[in-house]
Amino acid sequence: MIVVTFSRVLSIVFILGAFGLTGCAQPIEPWVKPYQRQFLADPIMRTNRHPIANKHIAHVFDARESARGADGTGGGGCGCN
Amino acid sequence: MAQEEVVVVVINRFNLFLCLCIFSLCAFFSHAGVLEQDRADVLYHRYDGGGMTIDGPAILLRKKVNESVAISAYYYVDTISSASVDVMSTASPYSEERHEGQLGLEYLYDKTTMFFNIGQSDEADYLAKSVNFSLSHDTFGDLTQLSLGVGFSDNDISRNGDEVFAEQSQQYRVRAGINQILTTNLSIAFNIESIADEGYLNNPYRTVRFIDNSIPAGVGYQSEVYPKTRNSFSTKLSASYYLPYRAALFFHYRYFTDSWQIDANDIELGYRHPLGKTLELDLKLRYYQQNQASFYSDLFPYQDAQNYLARDKELSDFNDITLGLGVTYLIPQHLSIKGWRSEASLQWDYITFNYKNFRDPTAQAAVGEEPLYGFSTHIIRAFFSVYF
Repeated sequence: MIVVTFSRVLSIVFILGAFGLTGCAQPIEPWVKPYQRQFLADPIMRTNRHPIANKHIAHVFDARESARGADGTGGGGCGCN
Repeated sequence: MAQEEVVVVVINRFNLFLCLCIFSLCAFFSHAGVLEQDRADVLYHRYDGGGMTIDGPAILLRKKVNESVAISAYYYVDTISSASVDVMSTASPYSEERHEGQLGLEYLYDKTTMFFNIGQSDEADYLAKSVNFSLSHDTFGDLTQLSLGVGFSDNDISRNGDEVFAEQSQQYRVRAGINQILTTNLSIAFNIESIADEGYLNNPYRTVRFIDNSIPAGVGYQSEVYPKTRNSFSTKLSASYYLPYRAALFFHYRYFTDSWQIDANDIELGYRHPLGKTLELDLKLRYYQQNQASFYSDLFPYQDAQNYLARDKELSDFNDITLGLGVTYLIPQHLSIKGWRSEASLQWDYITFNYKNFRDPTAQAAVGEEPLYGFSTHIIRAFFSVYF
């Protein structure tokens, strides 16, 4: 019974996930149309507007702090003693 | 029960098939993505604080080969002059250089972008070679972007003045993310990344100190000993909001945890405000906090007090606060090269570090009763960007 319940939960999660992520579900339509995205497309909204500066500050924090990852930059050497 | 399982499996497969078919059709008939504009950036950076000065140039180039392929190159130099508190307690000031290079290849197919990158970081006592692959896909009417990535780094560690010393470490990275447009003004991103290290993870120069009543100084030193593995997991939530007037608000929160029992949080708030048609102002406030690694101590009670030993201040309990200011000048077209859109930027960060259980060993006080250490640093980035 546990196996069946688990399978059902998994199938529901999968179906909802697949529909949600791929946009297959009929009731859920993209609610912000392309012509409504002028604010989001403004260059001032870009978090990676200055990629070379972002790489540098990410390197500084990597060297001075223990936390790492999930910041959109790759690894590298240190130079941080 | 067996029949129910079969039904569930059939439903699963049917939905998967249906979804994939519809998704493929959607992808086929939808508009393809576009690669970002070609650009070149030249930067000078300087870090000054805590007895260290690090500066140097960096260059980033990105050029489309055609509508589907772009290549990029990145070169970065650190010139380091260090007399930091760690160094001054047991060693002498030193100078060295670090050179880092990366080459990237970007391939766009319909709404899927693949990015491949190789890199090398080279300094006198550390050579790191890395390779990264990531993939992102726009879906759901381009409201959603999914991304996946993997990375590997192989590091050779040596010790200046010691020809015999040679160690290695490897690092593996796996990451995933989702960017979602929520409203006409708001988009959010959620990223996770897992990093696994194995090999020699120490700093070969650092020592820990311990109480030693057999010598007049009352304190002895021995090399640090770290575990041979480290597994970490980070999760980050970001949001970008377009304000009712033309300005942008940014928010980031990251939670980090690892197998050395370090938990860390950082939260950042950013604000970007155009001033007229030629200036943009950036403001940033960031707070970071972590607790100590399980094997860290500022002063061990005796030699070889435990299996693993660390006194690296980056593994201690501390917090830091960053205040950032930036100005970007959008160069008028008649003044720019060949009429290309160009920008000149200056960014300044001021960071204050406050250590909770790392004492200043250079202070004149009894062992273990020195004042807690702390320092501030100024970071400057001046850079020029051209879009062509």
